[in-house]
Amino acid sequence: MNKFAEKNTAITGIGMSEISRGATKSALALTVDASLEAMSDAGLSRSDIDGIATWPGERADGSGFSAVGCAALQDALRLEVGWYAGGGEAPGQYGAVFNAIGAIAAGLCRNVLIFRTMYEATARKKAFANSLLKTGVRQAGPFSWYAPYYTYAAALQQALYFNLYVHKSGIRPDQVGQIAVNQRRNAGLNPNAIYQSPITIDDYLASPIIASPLHLYDCDVPIDGAAAIIVSRMDVARNLKNPPIRIEAIGSSMRYRNSWTQLDALETQAQPKVAEMMWSRTDLKAANVDIAQLYDGFSFHTINWLENFGFCERYGAKDFIEGGKRIALEGELPVNTGGGALSGGRLHAYGAVHEACTQLWGRGGGRQVKGDPQVCATSTSGGPLAGAMLLVRD
Amino acid sequence: MDEGEITAPLRTLPVVDYDSEAFWTWGREGKLAIYRCDECAYFIHPPVPFCPKCECRNVSPHAVSGRGRVVTFTVNHKQWVDGLPEHYTLALVAIDEQDDVRIPCNIIGCDAEDITFDMPVEVCFEQVEDLWVPLFRPIAHS
Repeated sequence: MNKFAEKNTAITGIGMSEISRGATKSALALTVDASLEAMSDAGLSRSDIDGIATWPGERADGSGFSAVGCAALQDALRLEVGWYAGGGEAPGQYGAVFNAIGAIAAGLCRNVLIFRTMYEATARKKAFANSLLKTGVRQAGPFSWYAPYYTYAAALQQALYFNLYVHKSGIRPDQVGQIAVNQRRNAGLNPNAIYQSPITIDDYLASPIIASPLHLYDCDVPIDGAAAIIVSRMDVARNLKNPPIRIEAIGSSMRYRNSWTQLDALETQAQPKVAEMMWSRTDLKAANVDIAQLYDGFSFHTINWLENFGFCERYGAKDFIEGGKRIALEGELPVNTGGGALSGGRLHAYGAVHEACTQLWGRGGGRQVKGDPQVCATSTSGGPLAGAMLLVRD
Repeated sequence: MDEGEITAPLRTLPVVDYDSEAFWTWGREGKLAIYRCDECAYFIHPPVPFCPKCECRNVSPHAVSGRGRVVTFTVNHKQWVDGLPEHYTLALVAIDEQDDVRIPCNIIGCDAEDITFDMPVEVCFEQVEDLWVPLFRPIAHS
């Protein structure tokens, strides 16, 4: 076996529920929809699934941030597995994938069902709900340092990093806005996307400021929905329906201060060392990447990743995205080809994996990138959290 | 609306433990408490009972000058909950004694549009229940 365990694994099937701003079924039903579709896509049945993983695991706090965990899905599908894990302390949302790679390498399982379920659209209709702060309750944990300062949403806290980036890089709002405009255009070609009508740079500039310099269109859109992928051991993957999408390399490190206030460089967040680790585990280079599905909880994250993956120089993203041509579907590096979380819906990095596989398997329909893309870089992020994967279709 | 008009009852408070108690309570005496290594004088924040520089276990809260600089900031424009002013500033302030100690805060005592990167600020406190919440304001020109 290769010394890097991820190279012995591949994505073999993908599934996605209906994505909406208010579901007509439960979060668990959405998760079952996505899971069954992923199994069917891979050519697997329930009895073939011997591992389950999710991130961050069930949070029964009414926020909809993670409404379904491993136990609920296992019982719903009556799966019989050798291993399962769902926990939030991991290298961002892809922690579930990295855990699965380890479990496969340890011989605990062969086909892992990995899922992410969001029910935030419904949650926000019922009550004030966000992931950072509850009013009237004393706050523990890493965000307690922000608690007294009206840090009600991630937007405020991320805007701190974004503003420093803007200050240091000199990026202009009309350059930042290319991320949102490009993704809305891609979403217009994705029948499952939440927002499909095009927007212009002028629309972006006219959109409300949430927390300076973040505009409304820089923020992802909360949804109800679930995505699932199957990660299989390579020898199993080679005998399944789809050409395996190999996990060529991962970045999972924590070689920096894991703190939402003290992280080493606010303006780049935790990404540089995570990207560096990913590149250290492959012979491929940034120039070999055909498409990129970069985390876009806020468009700033996508801009960060363009630099930190090495697609452009530090503070060169403003020139790279200027005019939007390079990151468009026809460009040299198509980015967030399904509309991403900004316009497609906030599936929290698992929409990105689903879209990566969709493109690598040539299923993109009207938004399919020409030239048979084979290599995709994908990432998660947010402050001290970051994870990266390089996916390659055989 | 001036940030100074934010009313105290809206502030959400942190859970305070052994290590963070000084930070949230020394404001009673007008002091900003930051953990410092008793051996090598490295400031450790958030406060933990271990010095990552010299591996010393003897650390204790130390009253710093209360002066610092604005590392970064954002002006909020969305009314997340009733009673919040439309505009207020969230910032990270680095203390003068050690630039990698960053304290989240609201900047008060000036208009949001007058806040700049690296602006010198000094601590002040707002009592909320049994805690003294550090805030920062511009240092008046001498």
